[in-house]
Amino acid sequence: MQGKPQVQGRWLRAHLGLVYAFLYGPILMLIVLSFNSSGMPTAWGGFSLEWYAELARNEALLSAGLNSLIVAAGSTLVATIIGTLLAIGLERAVKSATLDAFVFLPMIIPDIVLAIALLSFFTLVKLDLSLTTILLSHIVFNIAFVAAIIRTRLSYFDPSLEEASMDLGASAFKTFFTITLPLILPGIIAGALLAFTISLDEFVIAFFTSGPAEPTLPIQIYSMVRFGVTPDVNALATIVLGVSAVLILISQRLGGARGLF
Amino acid sequence: MNNSKELVHIEDVVKRFGRIVAVDHVNLSIREGEFFALLGPSGCGKTTLLRMLAGFEIPDSGSILLDGVDLVGIKPWKRPVNMMFQSYALFPHMSVYDNVAYGLRQDKVNKADIERRANEVLRMVGLADFSQRKPETLSGGQKQRVALARAIVKQPKVLLLDEPLAALDRKLRVEMRLELKRLQHELGIAFIFVTHDQEEALTMSDRAAIMNFGRVLQVGTPEELYEAPISLFVANFIGESNVFNGVLEVQGKDITLKQDELIVRVSPEARERAGMSEGDSAAVIVRPEHVQIRSADAEMFEYEKSNYYQGRIVEVVYLGSMRNYIIDLDDGTRVLAQTQAGEQSEDVAAGDQVVVGWEIKRGVLVSGSEQNAT
Repeated sequence: MQGKPQVQGRWLRAHLGLVYAFLYGPILMLIVLSFNSSGMPTAWGGFSLEWYAELARNEALLSAGLNSLIVAAGSTLVATIIGTLLAIGLERAVKSATLDAFVFLPMIIPDIVLAIALLSFFTLVKLDLSLTTILLSHIVFNIAFVAAIIRTRLSYFDPSLEEASMDLGASAFKTFFTITLPLILPGIIAGALLAFTISLDEFVIAFFTSGPAEPTLPIQIYSMVRFGVTPDVNALATIVLGVSAVLILISQRLGGARGLF
Repeated sequence: MNNSKELVHIEDVVKRFGRIVAVDHVNLSIREGEFFALLGPSGCGKTTLLRMLAGFEIPDSGSILLDGVDLVGIKPWKRPVNMMFQSYALFPHMSVYDNVAYGLRQDKVNKADIERRANEVLRMVGLADFSQRKPETLSGGQKQRVALARAIVKQPKVLLLDEPLAALDRKLRVEMRLELKRLQHELGIAFIFVTHDQEEALTMSDRAAIMNFGRVLQVGTPEELYEAPISLFVANFIGESNVFNGVLEVQGKDITLKQDELIVRVSPEARERAGMSEGDSAAVIVRPEHVQIRSADAEMFEYEKSNYYQGRIVEVVYLGSMRNYIIDLDDGTRVLAQTQAGEQSEDVAAGDQVVVGWEIKRGVLVSGSEQNAT
């Protein structure tokens, strides 16, 4: 009688292990291979950091990495400011569910659709494809992500806090900085971190809106991989993975991103 | 209290939200140092009125004068008025002390004064030892005190309180009533508080305004409102009452109200006060504590002075300090009587045949139709 739940537990645990192995097996393999001195996926030649050294000498990858950082940082900054103001405006002023839904649409519609739309738009307004067009494109969907996260934070925000502040003599402007901003700051940071992460490894939209001379990291990797995966790409992927994981974890800790993952 | 100066003068204030008239041509006068209640059911406009005093809502028309200065158009942060919020609205990212000092800091008061005044009000509400705590670590009652301290530290001319006790449990609520009253007395500033709890309004306020559907129905001391309601709504909202509906018949000094077979005599004074005449649809209100019960064989009521009827006790409800008797009169009318413990000498129990009655002068005459109630 007593064994039954235990057996059940054992089966559940086996099932859990299998699912996690399925999810993380390939990623784990990638990490292991990045430290494999033989450089081949078929044979383990001992632990080595040589691919990381190789990566450091790869000019094309490094400049692509820099491009990605520029796009990620720039789009995060702009999207965070606009997204925060948008979220506050939606929460306070607009009582339209339709308008609400439209804000979050860029988050849901397939990347490929957004990519084609943006490409057509840039062609229409005769904007030459470059890093700037990638940056603008990333701002578009990042606003949606930032606004969504800050909305969840704001929905727990008691508007009478702001009224209390004004009642005690602080102007509306001052109230925003002494009361509203500090209280939604965790949400803003969470939103910014998420935006940064998404932008950093976004491929489809960047691919469509990039100029010929300035690829972002995912585009550069893709073009290299077409001639076979080199071990230094494994090393790079491991680094990107590490950075993304840390940022996502922080953003989750801050509470704003719960429910989105 | 009556001879003190007028402090707040609300004149013909109207506020609409879309098609709903939240506050409908309200006139009120509140005096210096007065503890004033805005009492009414939810949605009656009392909170909107309070928020207009604080500056969070702007009246569509009318004026709100404070010490002769029109507040309409003055931003909330420039009004010499503070508010205690129903949710307390304590700033969660600040300590108790910083919450209380916040208002003083906005006024660029010097640091030593801020410290002295903040600590003084914290002592006043009994929270001197909690100044470094965060609001989330406090109990409901303590939070309420912080909210109060924060609202009085700037010594406003008027303190507005939005359902100040609603979030507390019953025992604490009763304690805080006395405490608020004591504090108001100590500070000497006018308190205007919003409540839907008639008991709260009666026990705490010097005067109260009864509101319904955006209008002020009656303003008066708790005693006036209870003993002399001017409408059925006021009578029903404040305390319990026996209501007899019918048509008024006036024959010289004999004034009666007929509810089917039941005849209720009304005093000439009550008719005069209500300003009603023959044929008017009317209601007579009798408070349950004015209804007396006599066992059938006891000495009778005096016909000249009292209305009295045969009836049967349906139920006796024991309430500790008092007893409620539910009585069905012979014609089926149900009457509620209330006695204080030890007051009723005769022992009557459920099922007993009794005579119930009240002094004619206790009956309050009001209009029977609510439309004319204002």
